[in-house]
Amino acid sequence: MSNHRILLDHGSGGRQSSNLIAEMMLPAFDNPILAGMEDGAVFEMGGSRFAFSTDTYVVDPIFFPGGSIGDLAVNGTVNDIAMCGAEPQYISAGLIIEEGFAMADLRAVLADMGRAAKNAGVQVVTGDTKVVSRGAADKIFINTSGIGLIGPGIHISAANARPGDQILLSGSIADHGVTILSKRSGFSFDAPISSDSAPLNRMVAQMLRACPDVHVLRDPTRGGVGTTLNEIASSSGTGIRIYEDRIPVKQSVSGLCELLGLDPLYVANEGKLLAFVDSRHAGAVLSAMRADPYGTDAVIIGEVVADHPGRVVMETGIGGRRIVDMLSGEQLPRIC
Amino acid sequence: MLHISEYRDSRLCHSIASRIAARSSRPVRIMEVCGTHTVSIFRNGIRWLLPEGVDLISGPGCPVCVTAQGEIDAAISLARQTDTIVATFGDLIRVPGSNSSLQQEKAAGNDVRIVYSASDAVEIARQNPVKHVVFLGVGFETTAPTIAASVLAARQAGIENYSVFAMHKIVPPALEALMEMEGVEIDAFLLPGHVSVIIGMQGYSQFFENYRVPCAVAGFEPVDILRALLRLTEMLDTGDSQLENCYPRAVAEQGNPAARQIMDTVFEVCDADWRGLGWIPASGMQFRDAFADHDARKKFNVHPPDVAPPAGCACGDILTGAKTPPECPLYKTRCTPINPVGPCMVSTEGTCAAYFKYHEVQ
Repeated sequence: MSNHRILLDHGSGGRQSSNLIAEMMLPAFDNPILAGMEDGAVFEMGGSRFAFSTDTYVVDPIFFPGGSIGDLAVNGTVNDIAMCGAEPQYISAGLIIEEGFAMADLRAVLADMGRAAKNAGVQVVTGDTKVVSRGAADKIFINTSGIGLIGPGIHISAANARPGDQILLSGSIADHGVTILSKRSGFSFDAPISSDSAPLNRMVAQMLRACPDVHVLRDPTRGGVGTTLNEIASSSGTGIRIYEDRIPVKQSVSGLCELLGLDPLYVANEGKLLAFVDSRHAGAVLSAMRADPYGTDAVIIGEVVADHPGRVVMETGIGGRRIVDMLSGEQLPRIC
Repeated sequence: MLHISEYRDSRLCHSIASRIAARSSRPVRIMEVCGTHTVSIFRNGIRWLLPEGVDLISGPGCPVCVTAQGEIDAAISLARQTDTIVATFGDLIRVPGSNSSLQQEKAAGNDVRIVYSASDAVEIARQNPVKHVVFLGVGFETTAPTIAASVLAARQAGIENYSVFAMHKIVPPALEALMEMEGVEIDAFLLPGHVSVIIGMQGYSQFFENYRVPCAVAGFEPVDILRALLRLTEMLDTGDSQLENCYPRAVAEQGNPAARQIMDTVFEVCDADWRGLGWIPASGMQFRDAFADHDARKKFNVHPPDVAPPAGCACGDILTGAKTPPECPLYKTRCTPINPVGPCMVSTEGTCAAYFKYHEVQ
């Protein structure tokens, strides 16, 4: 049974999204920069190296504890550029608005975008607005693109992980995905959780100051930490070992994951990053992360190994072992 | 998490595991009947702690996996009807029918909605009075009472456009069927905690009297599972078979009579077609005549066709523990979670999906 239509799974950020990119996008746009498959494109112009990235936001609901589609749209692109080791500077904003959308909501979304841009130290310098008939979009969709300069001596890539690297995580996982799920229609939990939506560019700048030779930076958004680690293991051709008891998950988030049958390793984050650093520099980079307000809970969750290339293996909380695979399709809740 | 971390204590797990090793004098095959156990065993890496010779085999305890192919096809045909909304638990939407899936029907524009409880489906019916809302009722004794309650609620609220396509199954008759099947070798059963909360220890007494095979009801945390495995290993070592409650904080001797009463008000026992096991007498639940107006089988004249499982698919053997997923020729070749051939690869609690996602580290 083959797929003749796009399914929701194709947008999950997991294996099916990767297949779609590999089978349809890469051949259509065939070029070496895209083929790098990083969070953003990295290229040289006029003697300088730039990172350029784009992302589209369709989150539902558009307002949620800890943020809105507005700050998510700014922070997401800021982070994609930061993950290339660049300092994001200019951002574009494209809005697709459904007919009938409340002006007050639009005002609130734009105010959030403005605040997020100011907080991240970037400027929204160009934009576009389209309005479509009622039902042709759901409330508001936002595309942002951004560009930033990469400093000399910085070469970050998902393909750069090396055996012996320590794996640093900037804080608790799964906050964003669980917040959105719990707010989405059909759920009515009253748990003290909120999205982690945050700009990570200042933290990255401090990390690179502490050690310009950071090997890999990634923000584990859709697909979560599990999928991102798999992408890195696969791009670098190395094995990854992580330790379940070192991975921070807030109690309320962990409880909701249990209830919904979700594995926090595969739930989206919007204000967290993973860094791969040679063990000699891991302490300095970890200190730099912890000094940033968005990285106070940063920890080392594992290391890169020469064994089992392309595979992520986790030592479980009880001392067992299992493979952490890429997410296949959207995570579904339990039924019995 | 409060009162959970005790059941995930690494030192305690290792200590129980070494006691299991001390008591396992010969190779044994223990079947975990429940899909939630299968996932917990993989997710926590429990096999890694067990001595060689203690073989855990996964049973027919994932409700999606045991749903007959013909019933999946019937559900898909319901989704194609105009003015119908099919409401379902998420796991069912990817299950391949003979030539489509609910997920593909949804992408093609048919109204298929994922809900988290049957009462959400009743709410959809209330909000869409001109449409027929059909809830796909899969699951064991754990789920059936909540679905029965949704029918009672719909009736009380006068919501006539709500019906259930009942495909519920009952666990103990399947255990008997497994024991009677040729080529199935099971030394002991790790019995499902959630089902037992409803049916109680008494629900297994007939089965246990008939077969005297070591049985332990277990919770889903690593310590729960290991403790039950220790008791089973001890029983196998001494030859003293027992039906034991290793989940007393949740399971009572009498189970939950109130939940069973709701279930019995709406449903009656019937024969059922299990994928992999075939027809098992008195192992399913169908609507009582008094609730026929909420019975999707009657309302839409649904007669699930007798459909053969996909060629080459070993789901049947996997559900009885006769084969492990890597022994299926389609596993990881033609059958993956993205393009599943059989239901064991679809459901998050399916044995093949669990193998694929968490496969052991050799």
